Amino acid sequence: MTNIAAEDLSADRSKMTVGSQVAVEMIGVNKWYGEFHVLRDINLTVRKGERIVICGPSGSGKSTMIRCINRLEEHQKGQIIVDGTELTNDLKKIDEVRREVGMVFQHFNLFPHLTILENCTLAPIWVRKMPKRQAEEAAMEYLAKVRIPEQAHKYPGQLSGGQQQRVAIARSLCMNPKIMLFDEPTSALDPEMVKEVLDVMISLAESGMTMLCVTHEMGFARQVANRVIFMDQGQIVEQNDPEAFFTNPQHERTRLFLSQILH
Amino acid sequence: MTDVASPGPDARSAIYVRGTFVPPSPPPGSTVGPFGWAHKNLFSSPFNIAATILTALFLAWVVPPLLDWLIFDAVWTGENREACLPVDGREVGACWAWVQAKFGQILYGRYPLDQRWRVDLTALLFVAGLVPLAIPKVPYKRENTILMLTAFPVAAFILLYGGFGLPVVETALWGGLLVTLVVAVTGIVASLPLGILLALGRRSKLPIVKTVSVIFIEFWRGVPLITVLFMASVMLPLFLPSGVNFDKLLRALIGVALFSAAYMAETVRGGLQAIPKGQYEAAAAMGLGYWQSMRLVILPQALKIVIPGIVNSFISLFKDTSLVLIIGLFDVLGIIQLNFSDANWSAPTVPATGFVFAAIVFWIFCFGMSRYSQYMERRLETGHRR
Repeated sequence: MTNIAAEDLSADRSKMTVGSQVAVEMIGVNKWYGEFHVLRDINLTVRKGERIVICGPSGSGKSTMIRCINRLEEHQKGQIIVDGTELTNDLKKIDEVRREVGMVFQHFNLFPHLTILENCTLAPIWVRKMPKRQAEEAAMEYLAKVRIPEQAHKYPGQLSGGQQQRVAIARSLCMNPKIMLFDEPTSALDPEMVKEVLDVMISLAESGMTMLCVTHEMGFARQVANRVIFMDQGQIVEQNDPEAFFTNPQHERTRLFLSQILH
Repeated sequence: MTDVASPGPDARSAIYVRGTFVPPSPPPGSTVGPFGWAHKNLFSSPFNIAATILTALFLAWVVPPLLDWLIFDAVWTGENREACLPVDGREVGACWAWVQAKFGQILYGRYPLDQRWRVDLTALLFVAGLVPLAIPKVPYKRENTILMLTAFPVAAFILLYGGFGLPVVETALWGGLLVTLVVAVTGIVASLPLGILLALGRRSKLPIVKTVSVIFIEFWRGVPLITVLFMASVMLPLFLPSGVNFDKLLRALIGVALFSAAYMAETVRGGLQAIPKGQYEAAAAMGLGYWQSMRLVILPQALKIVIPGIVNSFISLFKDTSLVLIIGLFDVLGIIQLNFSDANWSAPTVPATGFVFAAIVFWIFCFGMSRYSQYMERRLETGHRR
């Protein structure tokens, strides 16, 4: 495991404030893939401005859990309420939630037939009905924030993995989301590119964004997260603030996991 | 063993630290230039040398007689069969004089002579609309496409068939390249959107839409085009109430369009399946609806992947238009064959000339489509497959 050490990441925690409003609420959420019980009785409340890091062994359901929040996966039991809207089969509600929730994927999932700029303006133009010029101006602003405005007219295939992931983050931000989901954003990157992506995520956290992040970058968790969640076998096993989580894990399964990924 | 030129120790010893980086240098001379090319591509191995020599011998054997027949011994002008008869033991190649004499028929069939300007005008409108569409740099693509899909078909119908003061020309009189192009263009234009809808339908999560699409596709793919045309021409009138009859060419058009739509659907489905799940998810996560994500994200990528397959279908559709002969419509090939029986032009090389000419006509159109599709593929390449 190549982890960026916490000391190599500089984050200003004083800028990250947690509000009192609830951003995401999961109550008794259960999900099955056929016979397989993949999420078991998940209860989780995320307040505005929280930065939550979710870790756990592969197959523990952590990706599935955050994919339920924007309904890329459907849950079969329990309630998920995102920014005041409950996710049901109502397609209108789903679209409403998806407009407010940004997602960054492990494999970037940029649209290869569109330029970087077009990738960023697609959803604002077609979903938010924003005029093209305004969308482009906003996109250039976000591309500047992730430090690649000069690549705006290239195609994703011409960029490195780290650059592509930063574009993916900018693309999500162009929709002005209230919540950002990250599904192992650095797992597919070469070690040299992990830090550039984490730096962008840190500045996002400093801007007060509500973030749920599935990652094994424990340095990032220490510096940015206000809560770390450990999942195994489809359930939340342990949840604590990062300091306590890393120095004094309570559950035996957590201790085993941490001993394997930290050295 | 240490190379004098490279500073520092050799990498083959256990401990090694590079002193300086090696700068890039040009490739060795033998791999570039015409000699380099010939050596690499024609004479690189004993097998390659043998293949090169055999190919050269084969060409020397085939090409001269072919050129003699097509050009040097060919008859270029003449009023009737006399010109193309091998009298006094002279060698007679292709009878191009016959093609010249029959050229009007090959283009228009039995379309009345004094009305043929209408066909010319339609062709002119078609080219004027298509060329700016085909050249990427020309603006107003959207407006042009809408015109070509709405105004042009109406104008073409009135011009070719009649109405609004123009005398009606029954489709039974249409023929030659006119029929070939009408059937092929209608089939191509109708089959692509229909095929896309069927492909989406086959992948739909809605069971009814999916079942209808599957049944439609499998039915039309399961029957030969000849059967379809035959059914449309002979069987369909039996099921229609007496007095109700619609045009034979129209029936053929519908049959060809539905038939090729089924093939197109499977081609497009191949492209849809090649798009990674992440693309669908990214589009959904951004709040794009089903039709938006298909139109903006999935189909542009999927169709690009299957351009070779789509054009393959177009080309085979273009050539299949010849089959309308069996329901009594005369396309290029049909009209050429029909003219073999003209006693004024009965000469030994006329049939061969006719078939070669038909082949040339088909080849020009098919090769044109093929080249254009390759050009589009290169143009749409955005380098994501590196």
